[in-house]
Amino acid sequence: MITFKIKRYNPEKQAESYFEEFKLDDTDDLTLLDCLNKIKWTLDGSLTYRMSCRSAICGSCAVKANGHAILACQKQASHLVKDNDTITLEPLGNMKPIKDLAVDFKPFWDKINQVSPYLQPEKKTPEKERKQLPEQFKLIDDASTCIMCGACYSDCNVLEVDDNFLGPAALAKAQRFVQDSRDEKTLERVRKLSMPGGIWDCTHCGECVERCPKPAEPFDRIKEIMTVALEQGVTSNNGARHALSFTKSVKSSGSLNENIIPVESQGFFNFKGLFDLLPVGLRMLFKGKNPPIFHKSIDEVEDIKRIYKELGE
Amino acid sequence: MIKHDIVIVGSGLAGMRAALEVCEDLDVAILSKVYPTRSHSGAAQGGIAASLGNSESDSWEEHLYDTIKGGDFLCDQDAVEEYVKAAPRVIYELEHFGCVFSRTPDGKIAQRSFGGHSKPRACFSADRTGHAILHALHEPLLKRSKSIKIYSEWFMHSLILDGDSCHGVVVSDIRSGVVEVIQAKAVIFATGGYGRVFNITSNAFASTADGVMAAYNAGLPLEDAEFVQYHPSGLYRQGILFSEAARGEGGYLLNGKGERFMEKYAPSRMELAPRDIVARAEQSEIDAGLGVDGKDIIHLDLRHLGKTRIMERLPQIRQLGIDFIGVDCVTDPLPIQPTAHYSMGGIPTDKFGQVIKDIDGTPVKGFFAAGECSCVSVHGANRLGTNSLLDAVVFGERAGRAALEYAKNINHASINESHEKTNVLELFENVFQREGKESYNDIRNEMKVIMTENCGVFRDEHRLTVCIETIKKLKERYKRGKITDKGKLFNTEIYEILELGNMLGMAEIIAVGALNRKESRGGHSRTDYPKRDDENFLMHSFIYKTDNGMEIKYKPVIITKHQPTERTY
Repeated sequence: MITFKIKRYNPEKQAESYFEEFKLDDTDDLTLLDCLNKIKWTLDGSLTYRMSCRSAICGSCAVKANGHAILACQKQASHLVKDNDTITLEPLGNMKPIKDLAVDFKPFWDKINQVSPYLQPEKKTPEKERKQLPEQFKLIDDASTCIMCGACYSDCNVLEVDDNFLGPAALAKAQRFVQDSRDEKTLERVRKLSMPGGIWDCTHCGECVERCPKPAEPFDRIKEIMTVALEQGVTSNNGARHALSFTKSVKSSGSLNENIIPVESQGFFNFKGLFDLLPVGLRMLFKGKNPPIFHKSIDEVEDIKRIYKELGE
Repeated sequence: MIKHDIVIVGSGLAGMRAALEVCEDLDVAILSKVYPTRSHSGAAQGGIAASLGNSESDSWEEHLYDTIKGGDFLCDQDAVEEYVKAAPRVIYELEHFGCVFSRTPDGKIAQRSFGGHSKPRACFSADRTGHAILHALHEPLLKRSKSIKIYSEWFMHSLILDGDSCHGVVVSDIRSGVVEVIQAKAVIFATGGYGRVFNITSNAFASTADGVMAAYNAGLPLEDAEFVQYHPSGLYRQGILFSEAARGEGGYLLNGKGERFMEKYAPSRMELAPRDIVARAEQSEIDAGLGVDGKDIIHLDLRHLGKTRIMERLPQIRQLGIDFIGVDCVTDPLPIQPTAHYSMGGIPTDKFGQVIKDIDGTPVKGFFAAGECSCVSVHGANRLGTNSLLDAVVFGERAGRAALEYAKNINHASINESHEKTNVLELFENVFQREGKESYNDIRNEMKVIMTENCGVFRDEHRLTVCIETIKKLKERYKRGKITDKGKLFNTEIYEILELGNMLGMAEIIAVGALNRKESRGGHSRTDYPKRDDENFLMHSFIYKTDNGMEIKYKPVIITKHQPTERTY
């Protein structure tokens, strides 16, 4: 027997959400979605959630199980059971609940819309298909598996504190066009994606890769956009400068020069940015947490340089 | 009252393609029970057919013949000809929209083999072709969001018909429960199929006959409803789809003895015979006790393809097996059984997507349909794999074009808003007020089981009669159900009940069509009439609702190039 502890919310009846428990027998071979349906159809018809294809392609049924977003149709209930044979279910995070497990996807779609999510090819249309080599197809293959389920958006740690962040799904969608050999607006795209709220606001926690039910794995796509942005010379922004300074520091000394990186990230002539650093720097100084003034290389720095050389950097 | 020039119901491939066709000139709305990218077109896996000839020489003539023969000669050949001729152009157009296709080494769209096609004709995107095309149409839709209004999570209740013309639809917002009338110069239905009437089905929960029943309830006929396709490779008990591409790539079907039994049924095409033949072969093996472990199981064996090819061409299928039953097809065969998959029948249209109301082809002005909910008929008695995505795109475009031509020079007609709305409000009230003892869940389950058992791969008079009687009783019990959720906010329960009402209606229509078609043809297989009967049944059935129950009329098939011959593979 499995106990489903489900977060219930119906503002028509009461303003606050609460947890309700449902117990089901005979859950062998049932997916979590099968269980939700069993609860709805035999115990409480008012339980509300979204679903459609039940084969992990429509992206409707993402919910939080035991604190992490998953596709309900894709997981066997028995594999999700925690202590005391319980599964705790909540609506997706970073979006407002509407009722029970259904949330309002509007911010999610709004952000998808912000990345110009459509091909912008050259004006002249060929008579037949535009050629695209298998290796070029491979660059956009993973991103194009995204089913817009919102699991990554739900569990994104940046979105939790910054509404302005485009979020993993929209950025994965963006990569699918940035690296599409048929698209003509690569530079324009990476410029836009390098602005605040874009690729450089990702904190590289990798949570979205863990949550993605498909091979789309947004963080890997974000890294790919970063690479393209740097290759295209879109470097006059804090994120890119930070990445370049980071790389340079490790290459030259084998470790991070924490005095230089913040300055280089802001840009030497970005007086306002540099001024903004002052309070933090002073506080560090007073607390004795400032890095050594003279940055030293590690002993094995030659090995590090060799690695860079072999990587062709 | 909401007003648009054109309203499209359904946002799968057909609906979105139609929207793109009209949005440049007119104000268009798309209504979907879900969000557009969640439409069931996205579940299509294997491919979309076109005689591009990218891996072997091919021609529309061959595609034409394969489709007609695959459809057991019930296709209207004039429509099939225009459809297969249009195929290469619409594929290139999808590619230009940005569709992500798998490629040949020289960068062309790759093509693979599929059941019933004599050439490798299936253009594909790994094993998620429907998903790739759905997004390739959704993307330009987003680009044109100023001229296309999307109503996501809205339900369509009824069609507003006045004599011979259509003026809109009555709908409600699932999230708020608010009922609205959408007035339109033209309405396009792209509402998909109704596989949910069966117990074992590949279809999404949303495929519940809402569109076809709205047309039927408005007095329009449904064509060839008895023809339902059973896909040979549904996951055992769950019914979810394992693409035919698995066989296209070289997969074997094995019975309990480990034999490639297709040798007995289609020696020249083996596993790549059309779906009706493969599904029947599987069911015959199962019925003869030759299923795996004596159960309703056939094995789909991909092991000899090797991990590399499986990962490259069938990655999603592999993952589905691992996620849903813990079977990795790289090392073990997948347990499958026939699953209700596609409705060849539907709302009758001409080859331009114009809905017709009788066997003489009289048009219903301002009403168009495309995709699985419609019956042109290009699939006849059995659709070939990869022809459905093509159908949705070709006829989505055509229905859009026809609706545009019709709507651009006329004004909105006047309609009685309160009257139309009242009917739906009363329906809601009626369901809310029912204080019966019956469980809608039991009714739904009983319908699905009787449909799979008695109106499934094999049918006969006795089983069908029992089936119809059972459905009639279920319809009575349906009136005595009980609802738990009486709120307005996002009440998914009441919509499931309304869907069940539509499905019960559709189930009976399918069974009545099947009972009256006393022959075996394509997807309709009668054990008591095992032969095809061209003399009496080379015709499309039209089922109407009348005051005295259902009435069936028959319309001759249009034959241009290919006279019916015996169908062997």
